[in-house]
Amino acid sequence: MTKQTINLKLKVWRQTNPQTEGKFVTYDAKDISPDASFLEMLDTVNEGLIKKGDSPIVFDHDCREGICGSCGFMINGNAHGPEKSTTVCQLHMRHFHDGEELVLEPWRATAFPVIKDLMCDRSAFDRIMKSGGYISVNTGNAQDANAIPIPKPDADEAFLSAACIGCGACVASCKNASAALFTSAKITHLSLLPQGKVERGQRALDMVAQMDAEGFGACTSTGVCSASCPKDISLTNIATMNREYLKAVITQKEEMGGGDGV
Amino acid sequence: MSVKLDSKIPSGSIDTKWKDHKFKMKLVNPANKRKHSVIVVGTGLAGASAAASLGELGYKVKAFCVHESPRRAHSVAAQGGINAAKNYQNDGDSVYRLFYDTVKGGDFRAREANVYRLAEASVSIIDQAVASGVPLAREYGGLLSNRSFGGAQVSRTFYARGQTGQQLLYGAYSSMMRQVDLGTVELNTRKEMLDLVVVDGKARGIIVRNLLTGELESHVADVVVLATGGYSNVFYLSTNAMACAVTAAWKAHKKGSYFANPCYTQIHPTCIPVHGENQSKLTLMSESLRNDGRVWAPLKKGDLRKPEDIPENERDYYLERIYPSFGNLAPRDVASRQAKFRVDEGHGAQGQEAVYLDFKDSIKRLGEDKIRERYGNLFQMYDKITAEDPYKQPMRIYPAPHYTMGGLWVDYNLMSTIPGLFVAGEANFSDHGANRLGASALMQGLADGYFVLPYTVGDYIANTKLGEVNTSNDAFKATEESIKAEINKMINVKGSRTVDSIHKELGRVMWEKCGMSRNEAGLKEAINHIGQLRKTFWNDVKIPGTANELNTELEKAGRVADFIELGELMCRDALTREESCGGHFREEFQVDGEAKRDDDKFCHVAAWEWNGSADKPQTRHTEELTFDNVHLATRSYK
Ligand SMILES: Cc1cc2nc3c(=O)[nH]c(=O)nc-3n(C[C@H](O)[C@H](O)[C@H](O)COP(=O)(O)OP(=O)(O)OC[C@H]3O[C@@H](n4cnc5c(N)ncnc54)[C@H](O)[C@@H]3O)c2cc1C
Ligand code: FES
Repeated sequence: MTKQTINLKLKVWRQTNPQTEGKFVTYDAKDISPDASFLEMLDTVNEGLIKKGDSPIVFDHDCREGICGSCGFMINGNAHGPEKSTTVCQLHMRHFHDGEELVLEPWRATAFPVIKDLMCDRSAFDRIMKSGGYISVNTGNAQDANAIPIPKPDADEAFLSAACIGCGACVASCKNASAALFTSAKITHLSLLPQGKVERGQRALDMVAQMDAEGFGACTSTGVCSASCPKDISLTNIATMNREYLKAVITQKEEMGGGDGV
Repeated sequence: MSVKLDSKIPSGSIDTKWKDHKFKMKLVNPANKRKHSVIVVGTGLAGASAAASLGELGYKVKAFCVHESPRRAHSVAAQGGINAAKNYQNDGDSVYRLFYDTVKGGDFRAREANVYRLAEASVSIIDQAVASGVPLAREYGGLLSNRSFGGAQVSRTFYARGQTGQQLLYGAYSSMMRQVDLGTVELNTRKEMLDLVVVDGKARGIIVRNLLTGELESHVADVVVLATGGYSNVFYLSTNAMACAVTAAWKAHKKGSYFANPCYTQIHPTCIPVHGENQSKLTLMSESLRNDGRVWAPLKKGDLRKPEDIPENERDYYLERIYPSFGNLAPRDVASRQAKFRVDEGHGAQGQEAVYLDFKDSIKRLGEDKIRERYGNLFQMYDKITAEDPYKQPMRIYPAPHYTMGGLWVDYNLMSTIPGLFVAGEANFSDHGANRLGASALMQGLADGYFVLPYTVGDYIANTKLGEVNTSNDAFKATEESIKAEINKMINVKGSRTVDSIHKELGRVMWEKCGMSRNEAGLKEAINHIGQLRKTFWNDVKIPGTANELNTELEKAGRVADFIELGELMCRDALTREESCGGHFREEFQVDGEAKRDDDKFCHVAAWEWNGSADKPQTRHTEELTFDNVHLATRSYK
């Protein structure tokens, strides 16, 4: 089955390293099969650049099936491009038309410095996870997995929050570069499960504090994060985080003696 | 120097070996643990669980990965599920049955003792996962849910929709991040191990390249654990992620670690077919789909009709026909081969390299909602890639390289032929014989990391005199120099072939000659071809940029150079193994399309020793396999 191929014009952000300034450079993407993925289209452009001795356009990627969270950049101002619930590695060229011009830019956020071209540093997410995104249980301490039944709706909801792949599209599309959706998804996932409830207060305090320390902006509830999320992480996670956080702040005061003007 | 292969399988009956062995192992007292350091390379399921558990015990752990974050390890892509002998369904499962199924599924080419331990550990893995917050699927009563996987007649697979690997990895990752928070684990991301450092015959460290700056760094430790995953990307197109590579394992092989059964590779029966020349990878459609999907091919040769136009009586549900007792849940090697036979005989879907996986009947029986709940994300993924709606028309599927049973040889303690070098997860060869059953790789990675290494690493440390070594040791300097020289050589070739073009050529040879079926003439041709390709690489590769910066082409080039050498060894291993077993199908050895083993000659593990240069073929060593519990028999799923 040979299908009609398409040609595109790409305006791509090129930046050699974090220290230098970047700029847009224009490339032609020729004879692209509509069945190719967006990254395969870039592979083709890169193959051409390499043959000419130029350095290829650098972008993060690995699984190419929408699950590892490595890929991600802006296409014409949209995180991961125009298709809803789709990472850029799962975006196929059949959604573009011949002659289209596309602008490709890295995620832009203070907490995600650009490393090279379309690749940026999202290690801030790891540091948020490290600050409390876990349940404190050592290997070998676990009781039988069915000892505590978990209502199916809770388990399902926890799964939906846990499905976040940590790609950073939420931060990139938020005008405040807030990491509220990412952080809240983990807080919600763990606070819904009986195993995670024990540490919920401290977890909320620590993760929110780390999120702020990383330089992410405040959430002003525009909802763009959720709309641009390839895994459809819901905005209600942020409400849960706010509730968990407030509750923790209040009980923490009580534990510290409460009402004494802390 | 040749090492005798001692599997160190403890004596005693199969069900008490591990318990007794654990009791006999020496312990390191808590205060001393702090003085000992362990390097864990790889932070997928196996590495993250090992790093977390060793950190909890009090060792000083340094963990490394090539990824930006441990959460991106390839384990994240595992879809269908993880096996455990919980018998929650009361359908007759037991540790013994899981052990039996796995030994049989591996076509009697795995070590009984290892497999039994794996089946025992499976039970604790699920407990551990749930305790660390992994949201596995549940029934309305709040208890855990199961599905069935190939090669088994019980329902023992735990899952989280089609994202089981993701959720299990996040569980192990978060346990490890807790240790990072507590200061017992130091995490090093975007660093690629390029060599192992051996001092006085023991593994004492690694050299890594910082992928952001190109700098080489030396790291020293008392023990090195490799958990660097499998090598399916030797085929170029596979279901593995782009960065999956053999480099860490291969470099260890060249330092003296034997490579076992390299020709045992798994070609997964249900993947989305290839669409074109510029394709970069293949996408798996989880085996769990075969719970509710029926596999068929057109009965008539050269039938070009659309699937919906082919009436029921002109469809060949060949797995149900040939294997009535396992039906669509026949094991992977068998299902893949049968798909290939159909296509080779002219029964491909609309004349292409594909067969159908059809949900029509189960949608009728269970309703679209139920199917969506079970496989929603897989159907969506299929739709995205092919622009076809699998709720309305059958999926087109074809086999693709997916998993590698071969890997670095390890003894019962998961230690390689280099003392102090342990290997875990897909990177070792240990538990799956010649064919891995679905949902048992996740199980093995976590068993190794959570429940085996924490004991055996301690035993090694307690029993070994580990002299003071630091990175100014000559061995570190010499290793670093040799890596520098190799990188410079590569980058200075400045030839005309791109790395990808060489990798694609290698992949094509491997797929055609050392893929789903193999024969003597083809393998010999492949060995020749790959030898030439190695020369092409070193004389004509083109790598832009320099070594002292982020250089993705250089990264790929290093990995491809190692894949080329591995590819040659795989063919040699396949050529020497004059029998068919599991995923290794030699056309000369078959009975009506089924694998014909030769237990008199080949009931052993083949482990290859590097002889100092790619121009000198490796030496083949063997470890005899004995079957005291599951008796050697011809595998039948009929
Ligand atoms: C699409 C797909 C679906 C699957 N589904 C299932 C399933 O449903 N059930 C099942 O049981 N199994 C499944 N498998 C198999 C299973 O996922 C893998 O075998 C398993 O996850 C491997 O885990 P690992 O920890 O050994 O390696 P990986 O997860 O591959 O981790 C390797 C780690 O090593 C690091 N690394 C590699 N090389 C180096 C180096 N040179 N230097 C530093 N770090 C390095 C990487 O960064 C990574 O952290 C599936 C596999 C695929 C491809
Ligand atoms: S490459 Fe893994 S999500 Fe896109």
